[in-house]
Amino acid sequence: MRRAAAPDAPVTAELEHAAERAARWRGFRLALPSFAYLIVLFAIPLILVGVYSFASRSRTGAPELSDWNLDSVSKLVDSTVLAIAWRSTWLALLTTVVCLLVAYPFAYYIATRSPRIRNLLLVFVMIPFWSNFLVRTYAWKVLLGADGLFTKVGEALGIWGQLLFTLPAVLIGLVYGFLPFMVLPLYAAIERLDWSLVEAARDLYASGWKAFRKVTLPLSRPGIIAGSILVFIPALGAYVTPDILGGAKTVLLGNHIVNQFLAARNWPLGSAVSMAIMIVMLFATVLYFRTQARTL
Amino acid sequence: MSERSTTTRLLDRWLAGHSTLVFLFFYAPLVVLVVFSFNDSRFVNRWEGFTFDWYRAIPQDAALMNAVKNSLIIALVSTIVSTVLGTMAALALERYRRWLGKRTFDALLYLPVIIPDVTMAVMLLIFFTQLNQSLGITTIILSHIAFNISFVAIVVRARLANLDPLLEEAAADLYAGRWQAFRRVTLPLILPGVLGGALLALTLSLDDVVITSFVQGPGSTPLAVEVFARIKRGVTPIINAISTLMLVASMMLVLGSLVIQRRQSGSTVGG
Amino acid sequence: MKRFSIALMTLMLLMAACGDDDDVVEAAACDPGATDGDLDLYNWSEYIDPELIPAFEEQYGVSVTETFFDSNETMLAQVEAGGAAYDLVVPSDYMISIMAEEGLLVPLDKGALTNLGNLDPTFTGLPFDPDNEFSVPYQWGTTGIGFAYEAVGDDFDPSWALIFEPDPSYAGQISLLNDARETLGAALKYLGYSVNTTSQEELDEAVELIKGMRDAIAKYDSDQFEDDLVSGETVVAHGWSGDFFAAFDEVDGWEDFGYIIPQEGAVAWVDNMAIPTTADAPCTAHTFIDFILDAENGAALTNFNFYASPNVASEPFIDAEILEDEAIYPPDEAFDRLEFIADTGDFELQYQDALTEIKS
Repeated sequence: MRRAAAPDAPVTAELEHAAERAARWRGFRLALPSFAYLIVLFAIPLILVGVYSFASRSRTGAPELSDWNLDSVSKLVDSTVLAIAWRSTWLALLTTVVCLLVAYPFAYYIATRSPRIRNLLLVFVMIPFWSNFLVRTYAWKVLLGADGLFTKVGEALGIWGQLLFTLPAVLIGLVYGFLPFMVLPLYAAIERLDWSLVEAARDLYASGWKAFRKVTLPLSRPGIIAGSILVFIPALGAYVTPDILGGAKTVLLGNHIVNQFLAARNWPLGSAVSMAIMIVMLFATVLYFRTQARTL
Repeated sequence: MSERSTTTRLLDRWLAGHSTLVFLFFYAPLVVLVVFSFNDSRFVNRWEGFTFDWYRAIPQDAALMNAVKNSLIIALVSTIVSTVLGTMAALALERYRRWLGKRTFDALLYLPVIIPDVTMAVMLLIFFTQLNQSLGITTIILSHIAFNISFVAIVVRARLANLDPLLEEAAADLYAGRWQAFRRVTLPLILPGVLGGALLALTLSLDDVVITSFVQGPGSTPLAVEVFARIKRGVTPIINAISTLMLVASMMLVLGSLVIQRRQSGSTVGG
Repeated sequence: MKRFSIALMTLMLLMAACGDDDDVVEAAACDPGATDGDLDLYNWSEYIDPELIPAFEEQYGVSVTETFFDSNETMLAQVEAGGAAYDLVVPSDYMISIMAEEGLLVPLDKGALTNLGNLDPTFTGLPFDPDNEFSVPYQWGTTGIGFAYEAVGDDFDPSWALIFEPDPSYAGQISLLNDARETLGAALKYLGYSVNTTSQEELDEAVELIKGMRDAIAKYDSDQFEDDLVSGETVVAHGWSGDFFAAFDEVDGWEDFGYIIPQEGAVAWVDNMAIPTTADAPCTAHTFIDFILDAENGAALTNFNFYASPNVASEPFIDAEILEDEAIYPPDEAFDRLEFIADTGDFELQYQDALTEIKS
């Protein structure tokens, strides 16, 4: 019940405190259901994974909580895991860069059309964005196979042969899957640009490229950063795409972790790698946001 | 809005060409997928004639129909619950300055967004098995809600942040109770955000493969995971057919939400 | 924040205490033909005649849900985790002994299995389950090399060298099973060792061998290796006998494709039906086992998946061509080269890690 707002009544400190406390309690109460839910179904499981990383592996692979050791954590730096981590990071970076290079001109083009055309084009970008990720990956599996159209085109041009089950196939799949995630933030950032600034820059600098580099590009940086994060992070932990397009040959971090819970039956190692990958991503995200805040 | 002078005509044409290629890149694989769903042969690569057989085969495929049923139940329940919880969370964070654990909660809310799928899948599997909880539709729903709350909260928060708080204060002065003020003013104002969040939650739930495959039990497999398993076991055009239907469904969802958005902005306060 | 962490710790301790330590496995007690719920079947893919499922459903009025796995170890991981309650699983020989030892299987109630007498005595009482306490044979077969004549020619050495020392003309079109015991077993056989070695040196040698030629491998696949062969994606494939023949039959490619059991030796295996302790409907599971052991149903199985049947009563109903095919029913001499995979105890995990190392 709100305190009656009588402008002439003296507002005592006591009343204000009471109102503040009531507001604080209401805020807490409102957040409580989701807070509690996330504690139980997120924070606790997360801690459990951390705990499991230190468990030892029983004969059948199930974790033995009674026997603590650093085995799995130490395995994080052995050659197998490092090779996989290196490959995954490199591939995720490549995916991000390719997405950026492809998406930027695309987003720029859309953002600079008239509003009606802009909205129409956006709808056409949204449709694949909202389509099922798996279906889109499957579409490429067919195209990249021995009899696939993509392969046939490549063979006709004499440039490439069957790409399925190779690293390039996974790259294509990842770029295809995550391109919308780069386009949308870029579009949002470019669309919001103060075009008078761009025009001023163009008046200032003789070449359009310089105007772009000195004004447009830096101004669109929040979009670039947002898009890069939205692509890099899922690309790093990708599982479905390398699994379908990589043929169990291209082992990335995601596949490696899943494998530890399936055939390899090494829950402690799987937990350790999961924790490691999460910490790295957390670190990278926080770093990005910190640098962004500082430069704005 | 001032005129958006792009660039020289040459550059403009280059941009247009590039964009056309990008659109082609987006849609060509999907078109091929749809086309081969009508293929009169068990191959998905070699065209051998037109038929509706694969579509006719879908209702007769018990496992597939069960998967569709599971997907709908899971998506519906998890979307509704996470939308409610996420909206409440967003309101608490944006409209109340200080409360117990607010900063912790704020940080906690971002984690499900940042965390990689596999890590979340692993944590939930470990959690459920540690509790000896048998895996099935319930565990899937619980898992989907766990990651969807954050996404809904983010979308609604963005919407809330853009609203003028004066409107709600005015409403508070006008209406006797807080609930009334919320229902009459705040809710309609944030509704596009809430619906956007709900749509996102729905899509994420239907899309999820990794987390779901870790926490599912026999018979509780939803559509995406079923299709995933089939792709790995051997591919026939029935997968194309069900994929086409999934594409059509998501297209209708997008277009539907657009229509609602257009109607919304025409009739609500501050639209 | 401090109160928070204490609360969290308490919750976690409570949860750790919630772990189940039940080790006693009671034998099942079921009447023949009884059902106590719907059946959750966990099987290899394309391993059961699709007609048999609705036939069982109709005859006993229950519904059957099928889930598939592509390796024994994956199946073990799922059953062990305990979350998914399967009623019937189909593990291979060595996996039965592993699971039995871990207390994961229910001792069968022989009284409920009226068709037990249909089995060929050669396939009962095998070393991994001497009294058939936990399992009943399902199908048996061999693991060898499927190939396209076009790629390897007519005059080739029937050896694992087809895979491990591939001709450059088909490098990049080879597939291996995504199965640690099988794939490393093949390499071990090629090097002249046993597939059940517990020598780390021998295993390492096998790992080096595969790593040396892994660029020539297109994929590791246990589900589609036969489809990839007949569709041309691969021309030399490591895989299970019946899957190959079923695929050859489907595309009528008996002239274009072949299967060999390499001269250095290969794996023979027996897959079995068993009931996990987490089963919700053990009696339905027993009834299903009995159903499969029926003479005609057993034959339907073989006629569908082209694997050999351990069911002697089924023989009159099996297609003549299958019975006479020496690749499906190898003659006694062939068994000299064949080895059964066995549980290597604590060394098992080394095989798994070896495959991970090869693939990374």
